[in-house]
Amino acid sequence: MPKKNKEAVKYSLADNIFEFFIIIFCIFVFIIVAYPLYFIVIASFSDSTYVNQGLVILTPKGFSTYGYSKIFEDTRIWTGYKNTLIYTLGGTAINLLFTLPGAYALAYKRFKARKYIMRAFVFTMFFNGGLIPTYMLIRNLRMVDTMWVMMIPFCVNVYNLIITRTFFEHTIPDELYEAAIIDGCRHFKFFTTVVLPLSKAIISVIFLYYMVGHWNNFFTALIYLNKDNLQPLQIVLRNILLSNQVFMEGAGMGGEAGGYAQRYADQIKYGVIIVSTLPILCLYPFIQKYFEEGIMIGAIKG
Amino acid sequence: MSSIERSLNVKAKPARKRSFLSALVSDYQLWLMILPAIIVIFIFNYIPMYGVQLAFRDFDFTKGITGGKWAGLKYFKQFFNSPMFWPTIVNTFRIAATNIFFGFPAPILLALILHQLRNQRIKEGLQTVVYMPHFISTVVMVAMINIMLSPRTGLVSNLLKSIGLVQPDTNLLGSTKTFVPVYVLTEIWQHCGWNSIIYFAALSTVDQELYDACKIDGANRLQTVRHIEIPALVPTIVILLILNMGNVLNVGFEKVFLMQNSLNLPVSEVISTYVYKIGLISNQFSFGSAVGLFNTSVNFVFLILTNVIAKRLADISLW
Repeated sequence: MPKKNKEAVKYSLADNIFEFFIIIFCIFVFIIVAYPLYFIVIASFSDSTYVNQGLVILTPKGFSTYGYSKIFEDTRIWTGYKNTLIYTLGGTAINLLFTLPGAYALAYKRFKARKYIMRAFVFTMFFNGGLIPTYMLIRNLRMVDTMWVMMIPFCVNVYNLIITRTFFEHTIPDELYEAAIIDGCRHFKFFTTVVLPLSKAIISVIFLYYMVGHWNNFFTALIYLNKDNLQPLQIVLRNILLSNQVFMEGAGMGGEAGGYAQRYADQIKYGVIIVSTLPILCLYPFIQKYFEEGIMIGAIKG
Repeated sequence: MSSIERSLNVKAKPARKRSFLSALVSDYQLWLMILPAIIVIFIFNYIPMYGVQLAFRDFDFTKGITGGKWAGLKYFKQFFNSPMFWPTIVNTFRIAATNIFFGFPAPILLALILHQLRNQRIKEGLQTVVYMPHFISTVVMVAMINIMLSPRTGLVSNLLKSIGLVQPDTNLLGSTKTFVPVYVLTEIWQHCGWNSIIYFAALSTVDQELYDACKIDGANRLQTVRHIEIPALVPTIVILLILNMGNVLNVGFEKVFLMQNSLNLPVSEVISTYVYKIGLISNQFSFGSAVGLFNTSVNFVFLILTNVIAKRLADISLW
């Protein structure tokens, strides 16, 4: 709706009913999306017995941080955390290093080959060799069970490349290119000193896309990594959250210890969810201010 | 050769007389910048396409991908005749089609409704909230589903039972009837907000004059939505629909794989999980490749078909 001239408008009855339903719907959406997230937070600080009885609704009950203290003692989580940090930072750096210069070259209108390169790239979005031939390739490259497999393969995402190229095309005017070229400024220099500083918006967008992709990557590790010391956080999470290996000793704790363990197992699960998801959720607000701009210019005419 | 000389050169000679080699020399910096991307895409996207011939050969460990004996369509026939053919196809199609049918309109609706909010701060705050679930990883998402829908202690399953939406003895996690609804609804919960970003962006480009004209004509707000905002979204909708149709036989591996259990397996075994199991767990490389190639080909055909239809009907095309 129009942002300006709020005062002068007089709304009819139909408009008021409309407004009413809009507001009801928005409240509904807010509760549906936000409450489950909030629930995980309060459950991670509550005694699991209360949580399972459905008594934890709005505030934590039987407040305890036992779950978190157990998580911080768990070496599996720390190894996973360390590996994921390496994969995410290294992987994202490689992504940007490969994608940004490529997008610049493809955005330069005088670059004759760009049409053909673009077609060859876009084709890969719709057709691929499939899991098994890809697996054979990675195996032949001796990348199975190495850190590289988490960072190098598919490090250029064609979709990200296209939105970056579109952004460059729209924000760097042709005259600027020409002026720079006349001044004897080479492409490398022009790219690093003019284009990159002007493109914070799109860089933040693809940075976020790549980063979230690495942080949440489960599939690559499932297929290509077998060694425990290389496993990223998501695999560790699967073992803890879905395969019920909450305690390192495994599920085989019988008797009193077993009952005691199970009581805290659920609390640990909630805590693990928070600990693993919080970093990536915290990142978003920092990047948000660039987001609308980057998405708009990059994706609308993609 | 400096850039100035190059631009003079272009003017002096007709463009098509520039040989490939001289173009290569004059654009060498651009080539250097695009080369890493070309190499990576060539290796990781095109070499596996070449390796797809594995689907037509008997795989031989000693001879590698291209060394096995030619087997023709043997592995495709094996798949067509296997008892898993129809179940995996139907399951994949059922999940993907339901997901598109309900999941595709949801972000459009969300964007249109949130766009009506007049308080900018509330609107932006709500947008941030609905984007958030998108960042949750699939593993955590499935864990949350398991917690919330757990038959005895689950918050959501107990709520649904108390208002009578599901039978008291239903296990939402382990039933062939509830797998698809749970999959699709949670998919909407997680990604609807994020997918609406592009529609928000399209709505924000609507010209203010159109709104003013609408007001002068005495249109109420519902009519404004109907005649101004929805038409503004149509090009975006068509493009995204084409792209989605290319995925009609494609279901994200991770979520289905993680949600699978022995109780829901009859409806949750899809092509991608099947390829993983027979190809990588049971080491039937050729058979796995054939099933995978069949899947990709069907998707590709669907994409082309939708694009042709969209071009005829709305003159919108991907290429």
